[in-house]
Amino acid sequence: MSEQDIAQAEERRIDEAVQTADIAISVRGLRNSFGDQLIHDGLDLDVRKGEILGVVGGSGTGKSVLMRSIIGLQTPDEGEIHVFGESMVGRSDDEALAIRKRWGVLFQGGALFSTLTVAENVEVPIREYYPNIGPQLRDEIAAYKIRMTGLPTEAGPKYPSELSGGMKKRAGLARALALDPDLLFLDEPTAGLDPIGAAAFDDQTRKLQQTLGLTVFLITHDLDTLYSICDRVAVLADKKVTAVGTIDELLATDHPWIQEYFNGPRGRAATAAVSRHKDREQTQAAQRPSDGRR
Amino acid sequence: MNKAAELVEEQRDGSNVVRLSGSLAIACLGDLPGRLDAVQGPVGAIDLSAVDHMDTIGAWTVHRTTKRLGCAVTGASDDARRLIDAVGELDEPVPIRPDHIHPLRRVVGQIGEAVIASGATLMGLLGFFGATLIATWSVIRHPHRFRINAVVQRFEVVGVSALGIIGLMSFLIGIVIAQQGSVQLRQFGMEMLTINLVGRLTFRELGVLMTAIMVAGRSGSAFAAQLGTMKLTEEVDAMRTIGVSPMEALVLPRTLAVVIMMPLLGFYASVMAVIGGGFLCAIALEIPPITFVQRLREVVPITDLWVGLIKAPVFGVIIALSGCYQGMQVKGNAEEVGLRTTAAVVQAIFMVIVIDAFFAVFFTWVGWN
Repeated sequence: MSEQDIAQAEERRIDEAVQTADIAISVRGLRNSFGDQLIHDGLDLDVRKGEILGVVGGSGTGKSVLMRSIIGLQTPDEGEIHVFGESMVGRSDDEALAIRKRWGVLFQGGALFSTLTVAENVEVPIREYYPNIGPQLRDEIAAYKIRMTGLPTEAGPKYPSELSGGMKKRAGLARALALDPDLLFLDEPTAGLDPIGAAAFDDQTRKLQQTLGLTVFLITHDLDTLYSICDRVAVLADKKVTAVGTIDELLATDHPWIQEYFNGPRGRAATAAVSRHKDREQTQAAQRPSDGRR
Repeated sequence: MNKAAELVEEQRDGSNVVRLSGSLAIACLGDLPGRLDAVQGPVGAIDLSAVDHMDTIGAWTVHRTTKRLGCAVTGASDDARRLIDAVGELDEPVPIRPDHIHPLRRVVGQIGEAVIASGATLMGLLGFFGATLIATWSVIRHPHRFRINAVVQRFEVVGVSALGIIGLMSFLIGIVIAQQGSVQLRQFGMEMLTINLVGRLTFRELGVLMTAIMVAGRSGSAFAAQLGTMKLTEEVDAMRTIGVSPMEALVLPRTLAVVIMMPLLGFYASVMAVIGGGFLCAIALEIPPITFVQRLREVVPITDLWVGLIKAPVFGVIIALSGCYQGMQVKGNAEEVGLRTTAAVVQAIFMVIVIDAFFAVFFTWVGWN
């Protein structure tokens, strides 16, 4: 082996080490099945720290199952899952606790505890994990978390049954953010919201992600969400992640499902909307060339 | 990597400075919030230069302290500054729970609400009974709308599947009555009267009453839960939109099934209880079964059987209606289904016993005793 080879190998090793440090979630060879039905087979996926990764796929391709496997609600048949470098498969609940404090999950329907008010819902994780935080401070924390997700102050003492779908999702998000997690799982956050509400939710997610430095694992069907806030998109098809990358990179692949997904009528509409938006921004920028901030 | 948060108070340039260090993240805060609260002014500044990590909860702790003491923040990193500003913008009181109400007022209010609720339930049940009658009438006028399959299916669920449990329960009750009765009657040397006791009591009262309680627990609750869930998933609304009347499709078959099954189950339960009593008489009192049956025929008038059989369908109506009514009242969340199911069973059993008392008076009045 020449010196050059050794140097190259060394470089590769360092590269890998750097990569692991940058990876929040790493899934290797995941296999899930329900009875005879194979959902995932040899699924690999990396989520980088600080990115918003959109996960898309047709109905029944196991997007939610993937999320449930990562957060430990579903034990996979085979495979390795690492979150922040710690293996999650086969961990007891007690051992997983330290990692669990570092993530927040927003379930599809919000999954708020129906007997507690919105504010009390937000307080549950704090009360559970950090009893040292006094009741006064806990109330204050719940208050600013609720405001942070864009809920009006009147929402605090309301029960989940009194909330609209969009407010439930925001309240669920507030609960997911209660412990200032590093990692946020969102399961179809904009499903069932009107377009304005969905766009507002996307903006909020982006803003929170930037303020708090979050890594976001986002399952969605919403093309607008993909275009507007996702850094990368992972496509689930054929029981594995067939492609990961920016939307432009995905468009360059010739996988039929991906082509149909992004180039179907809805996909084209979303692309058009994004380019219109960009055009408008450019025109606006051109109209005020002497703007001091630019 | 994350050090516990620490706090030092020191004098600097003639003013008090609170110096925080370590990691101001929720996991490392420990008792710091309490100690910060204990710091009394005047404080010139909070120094964050030794803080190496901060999350929004840490930022909030700093923000509330600066607000309380009216002091400035110094030495904050860009990230820390950004977070403190971000949470500061969100500083607005949010009510956590609904307003607290004085206990006395609450109790009075609850009593009032309960009275109104019982009144409303009674009226609702009456209305529901009326709606069921109307549905029955419309089905009689349009017999093709009668759902024979649904009714027969309910027969099985309400009746046939209950045979085992009701039979066993009645058999054991028969044994208990005979045993307890014989102990008392022995004191008068009237052990033979145990047969009267078992025969009359089971046919008149216990057979049907115990069956009603069991059916309320098995089927009344199931009706409430089924219809409640269907209400939640908007199946009932979908039915209405398609033009199918939920009263005809859901309530009527269930009511009919219970009304028809109750006399059959009640009779079966009475027979099983008598067998239980006879069994104990044969074992413990050495009364041979043939004598038992002979004596039973002498002492139990046929009116006792009618008393039981007349009451049974009435109890059936009560059980089915309260189950279906409570189920149809479900709205909102899944928790309601549980509450309504409980209410259905409690109401049904309570009303069955009340009506039973009226029946007892009535049958004495007509001379069937």
